[in-house]
Amino acid sequence: MNAPVYLDNNATTRVDPAVLAEMLPFFTELFGNPSSMHHYAAGVAEAVQLARRQVQSLLGAKHDSEIIFTSCGTEANNTALYSALAANPGRREIITSVVEHPAILAVCEHLEKNEGVTVHRIPVDAKGRLEIGAYQAALSDKVAIVSFMSANNETGTLFPVEELAVMAKEVGALFHTDAVQAVGKLPMNLADSAIDMLSLSGHKLHAPKGVGALYLKRGTRFRPLLRGGHQERGRRAGTENVTGIVGLGKAAELAQAAMEHENTVVRTLRDRLQTGILQSISHCFVTGDIEHRLPNTVNIAFEYIEGEAILLLLSRAGIAASSGSACTSGSLEPSHVMRAMNIPYTAAHGSTRFSLSRDTTDADVDRVLAVMPEIIARLRQLSPYWGKDGPKATPDFAPAYA
Amino acid sequence: MWDYSDKVKDYFFNPVNAGVLEEANAVGDVGSISCGDALRLMLKVDPETDVILDARFQTFGCGSAIASSSALTEMIKGMTLDQALKVTNQDIAAYLDGLPPEKMHCSVMGAEALHAAIANYRGEEWKDDHEEGELVCKCFGVDAALIERTVRDNGLVTVEQVANYTKAGGGCCSCHEKIEDILIAVNGELAATAKPAIVQQPKPRTLVQIAPLKPEPAPAPAKPAMTMVRKIQLIEKVLEDIRPSLKMDGGNAELIDVDGDTVYLHLTGACMGCSSSGLTIAGIQERLMLAFGKPMRVVPSKPTAEV
Repeated sequence: MNAPVYLDNNATTRVDPAVLAEMLPFFTELFGNPSSMHHYAAGVAEAVQLARRQVQSLLGAKHDSEIIFTSCGTEANNTALYSALAANPGRREIITSVVEHPAILAVCEHLEKNEGVTVHRIPVDAKGRLEIGAYQAALSDKVAIVSFMSANNETGTLFPVEELAVMAKEVGALFHTDAVQAVGKLPMNLADSAIDMLSLSGHKLHAPKGVGALYLKRGTRFRPLLRGGHQERGRRAGTENVTGIVGLGKAAELAQAAMEHENTVVRTLRDRLQTGILQSISHCFVTGDIEHRLPNTVNIAFEYIEGEAILLLLSRAGIAASSGSACTSGSLEPSHVMRAMNIPYTAAHGSTRFSLSRDTTDADVDRVLAVMPEIIARLRQLSPYWGKDGPKATPDFAPAYA
Repeated sequence: MWDYSDKVKDYFFNPVNAGVLEEANAVGDVGSISCGDALRLMLKVDPETDVILDARFQTFGCGSAIASSSALTEMIKGMTLDQALKVTNQDIAAYLDGLPPEKMHCSVMGAEALHAAIANYRGEEWKDDHEEGELVCKCFGVDAALIERTVRDNGLVTVEQVANYTKAGGGCCSCHEKIEDILIAVNGELAATAKPAIVQQPKPRTLVQIAPLKPEPAPAPAKPAMTMVRKIQLIEKVLEDIRPSLKMDGGNAELIDVDGDTVYLHLTGACMGCSSSGLTIAGIQERLMLAFGKPMRVVPSKPTAEV
């Protein structure tokens, strides 16, 4: 079989060998606790500090103390929401969107149910673009925090977070963005931004799993999620995950260096994949906002077939991708992002995401383009919605329960 | 990635009997596009003998839906309609060497398509009594719809009661938060409709022990290996604990033999061929592993007399 093709980089990425090399000494000789007084701590605290500056540089933040290391993006998201409510007791409302990651949506649902917090979930249009009017209407001086994702994990659609943050400031609300998919793929300059908080995750940018960070603009009222130690200036207790932090720092440095590559070479590969599929396969379309999208992501809905079946056949051909179908998640409904965009069920179940990285090659794209038409044709032959050479003109298939 | 059996993979990658059956005289369409599964089953039935001469399918769905459809067509060819009606979703799953709990609905869809096709052939109206919701208890394969209905109909108020009535939550216990949420939601609804809560006090019975199970106290240091008698006692104790919930479903479990870490059980009554006997075995196995603190295997066996 050919070498495997990994096009699921929005799920997780391969640790860059240079990142691993940077981490290894901190498992062996440099194992000291950075808080210790003795010489074992020497070099460890400095390494954490260097990583903080590397992340600061990638984000374009003004101060390195604005970076709080966490265990993952989810922890950063939880911290942001809980902190905003705890630090602003007079404000009991949250604004977010319907297409956020569960690391935001599930927290909001919990706060709504158990803490009596009011949550405004702003809808999106058919291309996944935020309904600005609805956002404007939800803003008030009761809002503690606004949280919109920078880039959607399923479609890559970008929200104009800079402008959205300015709107939040007008009512005195905090603005947080879940930028887990965007950091390392889009240049950032948080020093000149109205964004108060930003979440990122190491394993989405070739660092290992188990490390993330929360950017917290200096002067922002804050309450920690974890108490119990002075680490991260008392804002996130717990002995530092030194190896992970060192890896994240190195990965941030490499991502900054590869930023142009990501937005030229990777983007071109993605575009070639997209065009190739659209040209060789009928009845499929790209979901999301094509003009405002991550350079590495394309999500294509193949009509009349189901995503898990596509993934199984792709996997047999050595290709890894992802799907928004119900079956891949074990739930009964297709992805909430596809439903929010009003993608018809027959297409939403067949939505397939290809997410590239600086690891992706021309040959990888060729491999997908070579097998995709046959995979889709094969599943359509099995589909009761499909006739001899196209969708049934007069749909005679109406299953008994719906 | 789902843990599919080799047979499921084979029927998905190389499906047999796929496509339109032009001379079909019985057609069953079932499924729901919103849950991502839909199936058309086409049969050619001999009008003289009622024998299924040929069967084909078309399926919109995941790997296990396509495999279940294909397996079904193989199973029923050559059967009479009356024989085919006896094929259950469990038979389809067993034919495929099992399906993940989240995917059992694929086999349900197959069985329903079969019933719908036969009703179509006989000119009867087929009614779907199918109901499904989010899978809550993965140990026993119980979904939210069933728990809600049971809580409502029986006025249940505790997680223990839910475990007694539905088995949900009686295994690894990790779904207890979801069960509590359902209890709060349904009981809240009942209170809101201002009906006096219909709390039927269940007859006193030994509750399924759902609190986190401690491993059995280690045997006295003088006895390093567990004797056979001790093993049997411990197995009997575990069986005793879960018997009430089996009996509620009209079943029972009898210990036949023990061989090392393998326990041979005879499931009787409603447990025999019950739609969730596979899950019951998995549940018993889980409890035995907790009690013994090591991997144990449960094998269904024939009663002693027949061994």
